Parts: sequence; C-alpha cells; structure tokens
Amino acid sequence: MNSNFDVDALLDTLAGRLRPLVDPTATAMIGIFTGGVWVAHALHRRLGLELPLGELDISFYRDDFSRIGLHPEVRASRLPFDVEDRDILLVDDVLYTGRTVRAALNEIFDYGRPRRIRLVVLVDRCSRELPIAADFSALQLPLDSGQEIKLMGPDPLRLEIQTRETRA
Amino acid sequence: MSTLHFGDGNLQYDGQGRLRHLLSIEGLRERDLLQILDTTESFLSIAQRTVKKTPTLRGRTLVNLFFENSTRTRSTFELAAKRLSADVLNISASQSSTTKGESLLDTVDNLMAMQVDGFIVRHPEAGAAHLLARHLGERALVVNAGDGQHAHPTQALLDVFTIRRLAGPVEQQVVCILGDVLHSRVARALIHALSILGCPEIRVLGPRTLVPPEFASLGVQVHHDPRAALPGASIVYALRLQRERMESHRLPSLDEFHRRFGLTPERLALAAPGALVLHPGPINRGVEIASTVVDGPQSVVLAQVEHGLAVRMAVLSLLAGVPGHED
Repeated sequence: MNSNFDVDALLDTLAGRLRPLVDPTATAMIGIFTGGVWVAHALHRRLGLELPLGELDISFYRDDFSRIGLHPEVRASRLPFDVEDRDILLVDDVLYTGRTVRAALNEIFDYGRPRRIRLVVLVDRCSRELPIAADFSALQLPLDSGQEIKLMGPDPLRLEIQTRETRA
Repeated sequence: MSTLHFGDGNLQYDGQGRLRHLLSIEGLRERDLLQILDTTESFLSIAQRTVKKTPTLRGRTLVNLFFENSTRTRSTFELAAKRLSADVLNISASQSSTTKGESLLDTVDNLMAMQVDGFIVRHPEAGAAHLLARHLGERALVVNAGDGQHAHPTQALLDVFTIRRLAGPVEQQVVCILGDVLHSRVARALIHALSILGCPEIRVLGPRTLVPPEFASLGVQVHHDPRAALPGASIVYALRLQRERMESHRLPSLDEFHRRFGLTPERLALAAPGALVLHPGPINRGVEIASTVVDGPQSVVLAQVEHGLAVRMAVLSLLAGVPGHED
C-alpha cells in the first residue's frame, strides 16, 4: 500500500519548529543510517547548520546482534566534530521501539560526553519498548504491529506503509 | 603444486550457506570476502575514537590457541576481540609428546566444557584448524590464524584490504610477490584472495628453489629475474625469508639472496611510479627488503598492521553474529 504523505511538507514543519531552538554555528546534527541520514540531510540544509552532518551506523551496538548477527551492509560511522560538551540533534526517520535510539545513544557516548541530545524523528509510531521519547516529530502515527512504515529514498523521499502478510 | 584438501567439502559454511568458520581463502565466496572488507572499513574508524571499544561481543569468550609462536598475530587477535568487548583467554601450548591431533582436540574439549564461544588457532600442522572446525561444527567458531604452510586467511584479508584502500580497485593492480613463495602460507592465501577479487596480473619472483615453475598452474606468472618481474607492478609484496630454508640448502646465503632478489631502492624504481610496498612481518631488514625501502615513502607495512586489527574485528563479529553459536 502506498500512502500519500507529503514528506517535503513534513520536513518543512519539523525545520520550522527546530529553527528557534538551534544555534546554526554550534548545534550539531547526527543522522542514523539509512533513513535517518536522509532526513538529517534535508533538515541540516533547511536549518543552515554550519557543522558538517554526522552519520551513525549502529550495527555494532544493536541489542539483537546475537539473534540476527551483523547487518549485511555496515557503514562507517562518521562524527566530523568534537562530541564533547556539544548540543546535538539526533535524527531518525521512524521512532518505533526505541531500541535503535538506545544503541545510537550508547555509540555517541563512546565518542565523548555531549552537553545535550535531543531526538528528532519524521514519524513517531507512538508505541515503544523502552523509555525513550522524541523531542520533535512531524507525524504521530499509531500503527498495528503488523504494519510497517518505511522511508524510501533518497530522491525523492517518500513514506510507504506496508501491511505484513500474516503467515497461516 | 597441489592444493591441500581436508575432506568435508566446504567446512566454512553451515547447511544454510552461512559463514561459520574462517579456515582459508580458498572456498570463500566473493560476496563474503567483500562483506568482510566492507565491514573492516567501519571498524577502522573506531580506532580513531576516544573509546576504542564496541559492545558487539559482550559476554562472549574467545580463546587464542597458539601452538606456534606469533606475537603479532596473537596480539592483534587479542586486541580485536577485546575491542569487541569479548573476554579472551590466551593459551600458548607447545606440542605435547602425545599424538598432535589428539592433544589438540583434548585441549579444545576441556575449554568447551567452560562454555567458550570460539577459537583462534595457530598450529604448525596444515589442517589443524579444519580438524577443529570439523570437531566443533556449529558449537563454536574457528578462525585459522595460520596452519603450517597451508593457510593464513586474515593475513590475506588485511593485505587485499590495504591494497584496495591505499592503491584502489584490485581489478586494476599488477602485483609482484617476491621471496620464498614455495613455503609461504601468506603468499598462497594472498594469491587466492587476489584471484577472487579479479586481480588481472599476479607475478611471483624468486630463485627456482623457492619459486618453482609449477606455480604457473595457480594462474600466476613465474619470474626468476627482478628486471622482468618488477616493471609495471603497482604492488610489490616482499615475503619474509625464513632462515631454516638455508639449512635445507634451498639457498646459498642470505647475502646472495639479497643481492639477487632483495627489494632495494634501485629495484623498486623498476616498478610502477608510486608502487606500494607490503610485507607481512616480521621483517628481515637487509635480506628480502632493504631498510631504506621499509622506512621509505612507498612502504605501507604499518598501515597493514593497523588494517589487520580492523580486519580481525570484522571477521570475529561476522562469525560470532551467526545465530546458533550461542546455544
């Protein structure tokens, strides 16, 4: 099933809400691979942040490593700024269980001790398994556990909802 | 030269085609080789951070089982495991008087009773790691850290990683391997890895006693004259010359070897401009390679060491990540 979300408009909304709260010369932004990096790129540009965008691959920090092993496509994490005492916006496409964010926080702290991290997501599925909440989200979308929402991209970015076929 | 076979088809993969053990480059699928190299890229950046550890293998126990001395390989495996947050047990066993095969499996069974998750094994006998993998099946992972003159897969992986990262695509390289190719598990593994990755030209160079013509059957060019072997080479790989080879009368003297084949600045000048110089270590300065070349701008031997750590982190995390190892 394809859904008609205007991703550009969602990004504009998000950027509008973040603008008064960031310092373009000092605030850093980190996107989580893959969808989160796409969203972060778009926001980074809209907000005119001066520090280069950070990219995080959390494969080595996942809590399901012993169950599913290493993700077949691991990218290198790159945080091209000093994390120590930094104000950071952590960006992902979809917040669901909170496990990805938990892993991302752990990884960021292995680079240094930030002053503050705020979580920015395009879509909040409003259903979490950990006490982690988004500080900013463009869309709150409660979905059944059998449904999946995915950001496709990078150009153009579009949100797709898929219903998983239930196995007999 | 015949290829060693240890039965069982491809022991490295389980019934579902997942990589369980790393025993040799031979038999490794191209996509697994590429996945190891790509994952290595990610681990390389971790060494630049303040905290050089990831929690990937937290709670796992790995055993460094070394029946042969090797400070460098053992310590890089140990550091790789520790940076993945695994616990590491170092066992340096000398060969006991009992039958070697039996003592190896006895040692392993005792360690398995302590619920360890994997073995990194070096043994003077070819096939030791295969024996272990066959014995353990899916109960624990096995990484071959060198078995006799047979295989040393992580060395080849770090070599091709270094070539790919610092010289560019393997498909565009002309590689010249110099020295004791006959007795070198490093050379054997490297030739296999380069072939899998589509290296168009591999040359081997050395005296007839150490580089016999039969090597041509591996798809490499056999050379006995540096003036013919070096021109156009973008990678020059000098192998460690082992002193015991002289005792077996395969070489007149180390001096003569250096005079005729050693990688001197003059010989390196015959290779392609900016050709990279690799060596697996430990280096015999003034034998297979001149000191000025080791320390010169074209040498990447220390990058190899750095890459070796990241490659071993990639291998251990990929093997340990296959479900089933933990039960």
